[in-house]
Parts: sequence; C-alpha cells; structure tokens
Amino acid sequence: MKRKIVYFFCFSCCFFLLLSGFIGDNKYFAISQKDVEFHIPKGYPKPFYNFKNNKPSPSGFVLGRKLFYDPILSKDSSISCGFCHQRIAAFAHIDHALSHGINGLIGKRNVPPLENLVWDNSFMWDGRINHLEVQPLSPISNPLEMNETIESIIKKLQRNNEYAAMFKAAFNDSVVNSRNILRALAQFTGLMISDNSRYDKYMRGEDTLSASELKGLELFRDKCAQCHKEPLFTDNTFRNTALSMDSNLRDSGVAAINGQMKDFMKFKVPSLRNIEMTYPYMHDGRFRTLKQVLDHYTRKFTKESGADPILVKGIQLTEADKSNIIAFLKTLTDQTFLHDRRFADPSGHY
Amino acid sequence: MVKKIIHTILIIAALVAAMSFTAPHNSMFTIRFENYVGDKPLRLDSVFYKNALGQSYNVSMFKYYVGNFHLTNSNGQEVVSKGYFLINQEEKNSMQVTIDNIASGEYKAIRFTLGVDSIDNCSGAQSGALDPVNGMFWAWNSGYIFLKMEGISPLSKSTGKRLEFHIGGYKEPNNCIKIIKLELKHPIKQGENNILVIKADAGCLFSGSNPVDFSTLSSVTDFLNAKSMADNYSSMFSVIDK
Repeated sequence: MKRKIVYFFCFSCCFFLLLSGFIGDNKYFAISQKDVEFHIPKGYPKPFYNFKNNKPSPSGFVLGRKLFYDPILSKDSSISCGFCHQRIAAFAHIDHALSHGINGLIGKRNVPPLENLVWDNSFMWDGRINHLEVQPLSPISNPLEMNETIESIIKKLQRNNEYAAMFKAAFNDSVVNSRNILRALAQFTGLMISDNSRYDKYMRGEDTLSASELKGLELFRDKCAQCHKEPLFTDNTFRNTALSMDSNLRDSGVAAINGQMKDFMKFKVPSLRNIEMTYPYMHDGRFRTLKQVLDHYTRKFTKESGADPILVKGIQLTEADKSNIIAFLKTLTDQTFLHDRRFADPSGHY
Repeated sequence: MVKKIIHTILIIAALVAAMSFTAPHNSMFTIRFENYVGDKPLRLDSVFYKNALGQSYNVSMFKYYVGNFHLTNSNGQEVVSKGYFLINQEEKNSMQVTIDNIASGEYKAIRFTLGVDSIDNCSGAQSGALDPVNGMFWAWNSGYIFLKMEGISPLSKSTGKRLEFHIGGYKEPNNCIKIIKLELKHPIKQGENNILVIKADAGCLFSGSNPVDFSTLSSVTDFLNAKSMADNYSSMFSVIDK
C-alpha cells in the first residue's frame, strides 16, 4: 500500500512537471539578458537611436512586447500594433495596400515594415515623426487607426495589476506614465534588427549566391543602390518617384507636412530588406509585385513631372535584368528575423 | 570638565561659521506669471475682449511653455536654469515658477524661451512639463505646441464659432521659438518675499505686426500658419513693477 502511494506520488509529480513544461512559462517566450543585448551588426553605421537613456532589459522588453500585442492601446480594445505589423511580413501588413484601423476604417498609407528602426532618423513615409520613442503616439491617436489618447491608455494600464507589476519590474520609478510606455515599446521595436539574410551571409562569406542573384546584385549596385544604399538599403532621403497622385487619397507626401512645393509627392526611400514579404509596394500599396515596381522605374519621365533626377535620367533594364534584380532582392529575406521567437506574440490575440 | 564643554562649543561654533562662509547661498528664485488681455487680468470664459480690429472674443484656454531662464546679476554675470514650465491659466499652481539653485545676488535682467528648444522637440519620450499627456505635443507631426489659446468669437467661421490657435514649430522656416529678454527696472534679490512678476498679454497674439481678423482666421493647428502669430506673441511679456 505504502509503495503504491509513493508510486502514485512520483507519477503525479512527473505528470505535473511535464504539463508545466507545456503550459506554464513557455521557454519559447522567455526573454533573457542575452536576448536584449544590442550589437551593431558588422558593416552597419552608427545608429541614431543608441538606447543610451533606455537600456533594454528583459523586463522592459517583455513589457514592450505585451504593449505591442495588446489591443488595449486602441479606443475600443480591438486593434494592437501587431494587428497591422505582422512578424512574418517583417512587421508590415502582408497583402494589405492601406493600413487598417478600429471600426473597419481604412487609413491613407501602406503599413511600413518595422526593421532596423534605430538607424532611421525620421519615421513614416513623409518623415514627420522625429524620434523612435514618440512614433507610437501617431498610430495611437490617429482616428483612422487606434483613435485613442495616451492619457486614457495610462488610466487603463494603471487599473491593470499585471501591468502595474510589469512597470515596477521594468523601470526604477515603477510609474505607469507615457515615458515608460513609450520607452518599453522602443526597447521592443528598437531591437527588431534584420542582419541575417542570405545577402548578409554572402557578404560575411558564409553563403553563396546563384549566378542570377549575383548578376542581380551587380545590376542593383549599378542602377538602384544610389537611393537604396547598402547595407540598410535606404539612404533615408525623400524622393519623388514619379507616381501620380491618387485622386481619392490626395496624398502629396512631404509637401503636405511642410507646405513646400519642392517636396510635392516626395516619400521616404524605404529599405528593401525583406521586400519579398512586404508586398504590396509603394506608399499607397499600388503595386502588387516587384516586377510592377521595376516596370514603373524603367518608364520615361520628364523633368516637368517633378520626378527625381535619377529617374529623369532614366533607368534602363531588360526583362532579364529585371528578373535577376528580383532574384537578388529575394536574398534580402531574413528568415532568422521573420521567425525570431523574441518578437512572437505571447498572448495569442492574433 | 568645563573646559571640555567650552572646547566642544567652540568647535561647533567654528564649524557652523565655516559652513555659513563656504556654502554658496544657492536658493530659489520665484517668478509669477500673470496673464492679461490689455490692462485687464485675463478671466476665462466670462469676459469678452476686443482685438485690434475691434472684434469681440473670449478665452476658454490659455497655456504656454516657458523655460531655460537666464538671469543676469548686477555684475553682468549670467546664471542659467534649464528646464520647462507649462503656464496654464486654468491651474493656479502652474502660474508661479520656482527656479532652484540660483546663486544669491541681485538680478537686473532676465531672458527665457517662449516655447521649447529644437533639441527638446527631438528628444523622444519625456516626462514632467514636456509629458505628451499635457496635450501640448503634436503626435501626428512630432513637435511641441508652444502656446495654446482657445475661445469663441461671434465672427469665427469655425463650428461653434470657435477660435483655436495652437502655435508651435521648431524647424525653419516655420520656427516659432522666441527668446524673451526683459530688463528689470529695480534689481531684484531672490527670496521668499521678492517675487518677479511677469505680465503676459494674451491680446498680443492677435495684434502686433500681423493683426488677426477672426472672420478669416479662426483656427491654426499646425506650424504652417503659426509663424506670423508667433511673431505677434513675442512681444506679450513685460515686467510688472510691484
């Protein structure tokens, strides 16, 4: 009898141990100190955001992740940051031309991917946001997106015991305030770094590219890299790419922000990292394929169109060139980043 | 025994004397802002005023950032206090500003920023006076609103006959940051009963070099049209001799 009890006890212990391994604090979502260490990848320039005043910690990062995936940030608790920024699409909204918001509202711009943000000196297609930390205030307050106020978010979070504990763990002052909310989000989004695509491995001598991909790289460096500068594949400038203004959106780009006609229809040169996954393309998602984008860039543009001088000068590409360039662009897909467990949604909201 | 006590007393006295000689007399300097329209103290909502064109209006909200105070003492030396304050007519406590760690002495001039310096417009998430919860930060186009004035005018073409002037912008050519310099007629010594009172004339927003006609301009909510109004408000401060 005694032996039976001991057996039963051992068995139950094993069973619960096994079970807790599956459900409790899943290792997959656990964040260690090593997970939040920031390194500048080899060959990358000095970042604009260097975490100097906001050193990432596991608890800060986990708080940022929870906030990023929590619809509590929207007015009716229906939409989170992660709703439009999907990990599998390098945090763009896959197959959506324009951003979505609460009540089924549709925004005015294509959701940009979130990657290598610490090297950005401005944010949004028109660069109107000047700092990584204040970036979330824009989608939060946009009536076509989350339509919420930071004051109201603070109140909602202060009422929530789990959040109160998380702020306490993450920040010395323990306060649920706008600065800590924004800094936690910056710890999470700032560490979204893509530096391990096949292109990166090739550059480090760890992988080879096919003949077509290599030809594409050569063409890319000759025809595209002036704006899409390696290794970040953007020069962080704003340019008029000779796109006609959409008659519904009436989006004039940077000019709408600074009122200067010289900036009419200028939009930020986007990075091309993970471009395979961030379709559709351009600020309003008008092109579904990379081929359509390249077809556009090889058209003839007059100076009067306001197009960037590089486009007026003309970019010539044969059909074979285009497929080689596209083959190369696909080497910028970073499977490590797209499947990085650190950025996965632990809540199961979506 | 008595000797010992005397010794101890002497040592303590010497220490106290030494401390009072060496410790710099850093203390607080207090500035009170008093908002007016013309020569009348500003009253929210209840009183209607007239602009330079004789158009009537009232004020339901009046708040602005001041900061980076520089005080010039009688020897011509300048002491600086970094940081910002949000002066809000609605909150009595916000109207009085105390600047810590100002060296003792007499001061004859003051200089401060109306608005927020460009570096502090680009420094990310901030707390205190610059916390975005104060409603003075443009979330959609990063930058602080330096001065907010809202009210009603019968001539306004906006919904509810509203006036809405949100003035800000730190980038050229729409830079609305103003450095205010004021001479103090009588040198002022900081201390509890010696408060510097600065008058802010809200009416200046609509007069000055660019008079505002409410029938054509009742709302400015981005920095594109703000510059001319900022040129107006740069002259709204004066020192009240009390």
